[in-house]
Amino acid sequence: MAEELKDVVLKYVTKEYLEDDSEPLTYDTPLISGGIVDSFSMVSLKRFLENKYAIAIPDDEATPEAFDSVNKIVSLVERFVAKKG
Amino acid sequence: MSNIGSYDERVKNFSWSIAEKELGYKAGDVINIGWYCTDRICQMGQADKVALYWEGFTGAEKTYTYNDIRLATNTIAAFLRGLGIKPEERVCLFMDRIPELYLGFLGILKTGAIAQPLFSAFGDESLLVRLSNAETSAVITQKKHAPKVRKILDKMPHLRHIIVVDHDGVAPLKDREVAFSLEKAVPVEHFDVHPTLAESPSVLHYTSGTTGMPKGVQHVHYSLISQYLTAKWALDLRDDDIYWCTADPGWVTGTSYGIIAPFALGVTQCVLDAGFSAEAWYKWIEKRRVTMWYSAPTAIRSLMKAGDEIIKKFDLSSLRHLSSVGEPLNSEAVVWSQKVFGKPFYDTYWQTETGSIVIGNYPGMEVRPGSMGKPFPGITGTVLDPVKNEPYATHGKIGLVGLKFDWPSRMRTYWNNEEAFKKKFRNDWYITGDRSKLDADGYFWFAGRDDDIINTAGHLVSPFEVESALLEHPSVAESAVVSKPDPINLEVVKAFVALKPGFTASKDLDLEIMNFIRKKLSPLAMPQEIEFVPSLPKTRSGKIMRRLLHAKEWGEEIGDTSTLEND
Repeated sequence: MAEELKDVVLKYVTKEYLEDDSEPLTYDTPLISGGIVDSFSMVSLKRFLENKYAIAIPDDEATPEAFDSVNKIVSLVERFVAKKG
Repeated sequence: MSNIGSYDERVKNFSWSIAEKELGYKAGDVINIGWYCTDRICQMGQADKVALYWEGFTGAEKTYTYNDIRLATNTIAAFLRGLGIKPEERVCLFMDRIPELYLGFLGILKTGAIAQPLFSAFGDESLLVRLSNAETSAVITQKKHAPKVRKILDKMPHLRHIIVVDHDGVAPLKDREVAFSLEKAVPVEHFDVHPTLAESPSVLHYTSGTTGMPKGVQHVHYSLISQYLTAKWALDLRDDDIYWCTADPGWVTGTSYGIIAPFALGVTQCVLDAGFSAEAWYKWIEKRRVTMWYSAPTAIRSLMKAGDEIIKKFDLSSLRHLSSVGEPLNSEAVVWSQKVFGKPFYDTYWQTETGSIVIGNYPGMEVRPGSMGKPFPGITGTVLDPVKNEPYATHGKIGLVGLKFDWPSRMRTYWNNEEAFKKKFRNDWYITGDRSKLDADGYFWFAGRDDDIINTAGHLVSPFEVESALLEHPSVAESAVVSKPDPINLEVVKAFVALKPGFTASKDLDLEIMNFIRKKLSPLAMPQEIEFVPSLPKTRSGKIMRRLLHAKEWGEEIGDTSTLEND
């Protein structure tokens, strides 16, 4: 699942948060600390993940650190998907 | 001993001429902020002193001395003049917090043109409204933000130049675009700074209004006098400080206290162009040995949320003085700061229109956690009875914050909107739009806004602007936008939406509308919650009753509903 999930998140972030001419993202590009996704936009990214994977990420888990790269987001989502069983 | 010394003594013996004398300014002299922040400091023998430490999110670092920023601002100014930019034309800065933003701001002022900073996260609609209103002649931007300008270019015949500061030659420049590289440009040693006077326009910041579109708050070069002295006394900025103002110069704090004041005082400041994380911020304070830190309640509450343990990993002993601005600083944050940093955050109160701090807690005065503090020396502030528009005779009553409009950095008008400017006054008192009460000792205590404006993370968002943008989404029939409480950001945007026939509420539509507003206006304006409703409460005359929805969100009494339709 991880590879597919990584691909979905990367494509979504690229489509929604990057301008046309931006440098391509990698799985480790810093999203929050790199200023690509700000704390307000993080809310819509969290909503996307919750809708797409039918999970609920509590606010205290949705930290800037947890959302700081595609890889970190994938780890977070996988944890909540596993919890769901 | 703090710079202000005794607050009470300063109040008794105050005159703005204190700042004028220190800056070597006399009435009628030329006064140009760009010159004061660069050339003057060099002439005072500080040319080799570090003016700016900058670090980007990739870890790239740059250091500029005062002579470096003198040359860089000369170079930018000469480039703009070469493009034909004339005094009082509007030149927009639309960039992340890269050095060109700070240096470009001062370069624009040196030419006599008006600097118009705009937050780089603004979407194309927000950009269009503000650039059209100002009839902006040029935009200085980065290649990553240029596409947003291109999208609206056809609607802006007045925009002659889009100056791209990091053009790498890979993608060709497009219509009206020109490349400028500060690093590659030949430094300009001598630039004939435009001889602006006290009342010459300097900066145009846009702020949200309750009704109608954003208003351009016009400031003048004489604002320097207030900005200089308030930074010296309220922020206690000193010659040997390493100063960190966390605000983005897309907003007024980032220009008044992130560019003008520290540079005019010849202080070394540092800028971290990276998104928020507690670890990154503490690391930055440790690395740069920050002594004076000016931040915002939202950031402070986010740091509180990150916990106390993380603080132990860093040496933050350099911190000498802390201040806050943007929204009311809750007493818990002041107490927490005292506990973990060994000193409180001193709250300051002001707004885009005031140009500088007007009420605050000062080092020479007892801090009362949760209070806005007292008026800055030389400023007369009061709480007005909202019915009589006169100061209350007794303390303790909630009313409107009113100020005698006579300090140097007050706005001079709203751009092309003198009518809106006049509406800001009642009985010769300038009305800030905030409600407050006074205690027996003259401390102000914030009680909320007096209008529908949403204060989210210290930034004002107009419900009207968000509602107008929502109507452009194909599914939205009508909408009402209000604030809802938020533990970190104080307030966030909530939208009530009634859908057009044929559309059904769903999680996907909810996210689609959120993203639509984020891209069109800005992430700040994006509703963090959308509630789909069959219809909105209206008066019998058809006006949407936002008040009812607001009361519901805040758990307040609904009040008079006698004019409610279908009541």
